[in-house]
Amino acid sequence: MTEVAAKSAGATASPALPTWPDEIYRVLKDAGVKQVAMVPDAGHSRLIRSFEADPETRVVTLTTEEEGVAMLAGAWLGGERGVLLLQSSGVGNCINMLSLPTICHMPLLMIVTMRGDWGEFNPWQIPMGQGTRAALESVGVIVNKVDEPHLVASAVQGAAHLAFNTWKPVALLIGQRVLGAKNFKELARK
Amino acid sequence: MTTSQTNPNALLHRRDVVNELVRARGELLVIAGLGAPNWDVSAAGDHANNFPLWGAMGAASMIGLGLALAQPKRKVLVITGDGEMLMNLGSLATIAVEAPPNLVVAVLDNERFGETGMQKTHTAAGVDLAAVATAVGIRASRIVRTMAEVTELRDLAHQGRGTAFAQIKIAPEALVFVMPPADGVILTSRFRQSVLGDEALYN
Repeated sequence: MTEVAAKSAGATASPALPTWPDEIYRVLKDAGVKQVAMVPDAGHSRLIRSFEADPETRVVTLTTEEEGVAMLAGAWLGGERGVLLLQSSGVGNCINMLSLPTICHMPLLMIVTMRGDWGEFNPWQIPMGQGTRAALESVGVIVNKVDEPHLVASAVQGAAHLAFNTWKPVALLIGQRVLGAKNFKELARK
Repeated sequence: MTTSQTNPNALLHRRDVVNELVRARGELLVIAGLGAPNWDVSAAGDHANNFPLWGAMGAASMIGLGLALAQPKRKVLVITGDGEMLMNLGSLATIAVEAPPNLVVAVLDNERFGETGMQKTHTAAGVDLAAVATAVGIRASRIVRTMAEVTELRDLAHQGRGTAFAQIKIAPEALVFVMPPADGVILTSRFRQSVLGDEALYN
């Protein structure tokens, strides 16, 4: 598969960038998202740059992911929609705070980039990565997962509609198959 | 009524403080942290423009931020306790960075976890929440010890002239519980209907 990707990149100096971050920016804009709460993840970096360049969107960097759950509850009380961007390791930080959207029937859209999943190199990412779905489901969050780049935009759209039309907390997990697994050991050798 | 009028060292009474903060509340939006601050805000008068928390400890200040950003023309007052604030000190840094002019966070500091048996919190050992708020960048941060200062804080919250934080030193007293509705759907729906109009009911 690596070989095929290398060939298809052909004569160009850098391989083609994936288009899904731009697609989900459009989907989230169409869904009416005005507040973006996030703890950065490399997988979300391009989406975050798009929102930062957008004067209609407020991007708020958090000290911990649970802040975003509460912030977006406040946004909803004030009539604005938002999205929480986080890495799977941050899901564990949110658990008790998720009782807020669950018991109040508030929409919450979480887009979770996975670690401790396909191709992971860092053993410390495994416990939370493998526990992400179960942790979210244990407090009543609806969990969807996407593992194919060409399906990411429609998965985000589906999760947004589910959250905002039925007033539920919904988490979309974007798998490492989509993101490409990091390998710091490779980087250390270079 | 309060001994603070005769003894300058006496601690304030929490319900006097909250009654003054929400006096002539007009369009003010109030988030109340779980436990005694919820009962205090409710004792001052249950209101559709209150969002009193029954759980989600640590949420109050950040709900205030999201609401203040969504409703820049309304004034938002968060009233919470020292234990609740200590659980999410990072939110003060986030609020300082965003600096919404229409948000005031008021911490009722009895130096105790009141609902669980009056165990001491870190503020009893001298942790200075107002200094933390100042250090992270909320310049309008203060410790409040008199009713005159409470009135100043009330005016700040109602005028919305900049993010402000206050640590209000109050007596550790256990008062009768005055409860708002406990159903989160009722609290959410009535708040949204009041702030956004009937349209909120249709999504």
